[in-house]
Amino acid sequence: MSTTPLPEHPAWLWRNPDPKPSYDAVVVGGGGHGLATAYYLARNHGLTNIAVLEKGWLAGGNMARNTTIIRSNYLLDQSAAMYEFALRLWEDLPAELDYDFLFSQRGVLNLAHTLQDVRESTRRVNANRLNGVDAEWLDADEVAKVCPILNTSPDIRYPVLGATFQPRAGIAKHDHVAWAFARACDAMGVDIIQHCEVTGFVRDGDRVVGVETTRGRIGAGVVGLTAAGHSSVLAEAAGFRLPIQSHPLQALVSELYEPVHPTVVMSNHVHVYASQAHKGELVMGAGVDSYNGYGQRGSFHVIEHQMAAAVELFPIFARAHLLRTWGGIVDVSPDASPIIGPTPVDGLFVNCGWGTGGFKATPSAGWTMAHTMATGEPHPLNRPFGLERFTTGALVDEHGAAAVAH
Amino acid sequence: MMLLTCPWCGPRNETEFHYGGQAHVAYPERPADLTDEEWAEFLFFRDNTRGPFAERWAHSVGCRRWFNAVRDTRTYEVLAVYRPGDPRPALGDAVPAPTPAP
Repeated sequence: MSTTPLPEHPAWLWRNPDPKPSYDAVVVGGGGHGLATAYYLARNHGLTNIAVLEKGWLAGGNMARNTTIIRSNYLLDQSAAMYEFALRLWEDLPAELDYDFLFSQRGVLNLAHTLQDVRESTRRVNANRLNGVDAEWLDADEVAKVCPILNTSPDIRYPVLGATFQPRAGIAKHDHVAWAFARACDAMGVDIIQHCEVTGFVRDGDRVVGVETTRGRIGAGVVGLTAAGHSSVLAEAAGFRLPIQSHPLQALVSELYEPVHPTVVMSNHVHVYASQAHKGELVMGAGVDSYNGYGQRGSFHVIEHQMAAAVELFPIFARAHLLRTWGGIVDVSPDASPIIGPTPVDGLFVNCGWGTGGFKATPSAGWTMAHTMATGEPHPLNRPFGLERFTTGALVDEHGAAAVAH
Repeated sequence: MMLLTCPWCGPRNETEFHYGGQAHVAYPERPADLTDEEWAEFLFFRDNTRGPFAERWAHSVGCRRWFNAVRDTRTYEVLAVYRPGDPRPALGDAVPAPTPAP
């Protein structure tokens, strides 16, 4: 047995305080969106008497389970504005938070395999450019130059006819993003309270004035829900409904390999997306399991389907070994766009409905949710994304319009 | 992978089925009389239960008939399957094993 003493534990990035009796603002959910909300409440609005309540451990839900892709090449104006704002914040955040969370702008290819794919893709490139989002259309030979390991030969089942390319897209190390936000929040006085599950809401008439938790009642000036797949459960406890269905979404990684994959590749048609983490794992994902579920796991045939697509597109992956698969619970809205805004309960705001694409929007979700909570009014970026759109019919129908995997 | 029991064909692999979301959502009797809020509720709002949930499935590569199931969305355990038109079985009731068609 070694007699060498263990090194000192490095400095903690945040405190673990007990909850105070009340706060000016309480954010429910300590994932990326909750931490970013608290960060911008403090940074942009000077609110520091804030708590982030997390039922498990910090960033242990979808923030630890996503495939870390960041891009802003959405078709519709409202979405492009929201995601491009996020991308611009991502470009500044490593310096602002003084934390190198390995944000790597290695670009994203969205492959086209059919004539209809080609038409939709070129339309999206044009829409992106009009919205100030960097985008190019590449033919199959140009795609092969960007990503040489991709099978661009014409003799596969769904040949690559071309791709859209967003050079400023990329990946980041998701857990480090959460830690960066958490450290910055903590430094501004935000209480991050883990293992504190919200079980109910305290109301005074139509207004929320606090939350019941597994660590007692906590008073709140305003409350923001940033609970992704569990948003419906919280909304029900608060007495209203959300147009959300929770589904398992699976992802997987291979064992560690030397760098072979220089960019991010997404294919909506054969349905897989793949990148390579800095550490070396091939990171892959696809679509949700079809059924509603809160189990943080899905069915194997979904994995099998995406692996078939991945091996067809990347023959070099055929001998790779799977390291692990997992699932998260994603909150899918009817139009595949987020819901950020007021709820039927005064003082209670919601940020949900990001479905399978919330990680990339972490900064702008936090920015706009903080604005909405602090002022009571939506920010111009999230004004189109309120709950009322399901009554007015003004959907932001990325599901139907963009044909882009979220 | 889930094993689902079609009320007509018996137990089959999940890949034979198509999911249909919440069961027992009736089309409005007088759609023209609905307010915008009521219409939004019918079109876009469904229960998102964490726990036993009554939902529709179609045996799309088998007999192609729809049926209902009560499934726990936390564990994915199928608690009951029943034919469309039948009421949702009360939880705790013993659900008779479905008989395959002769």
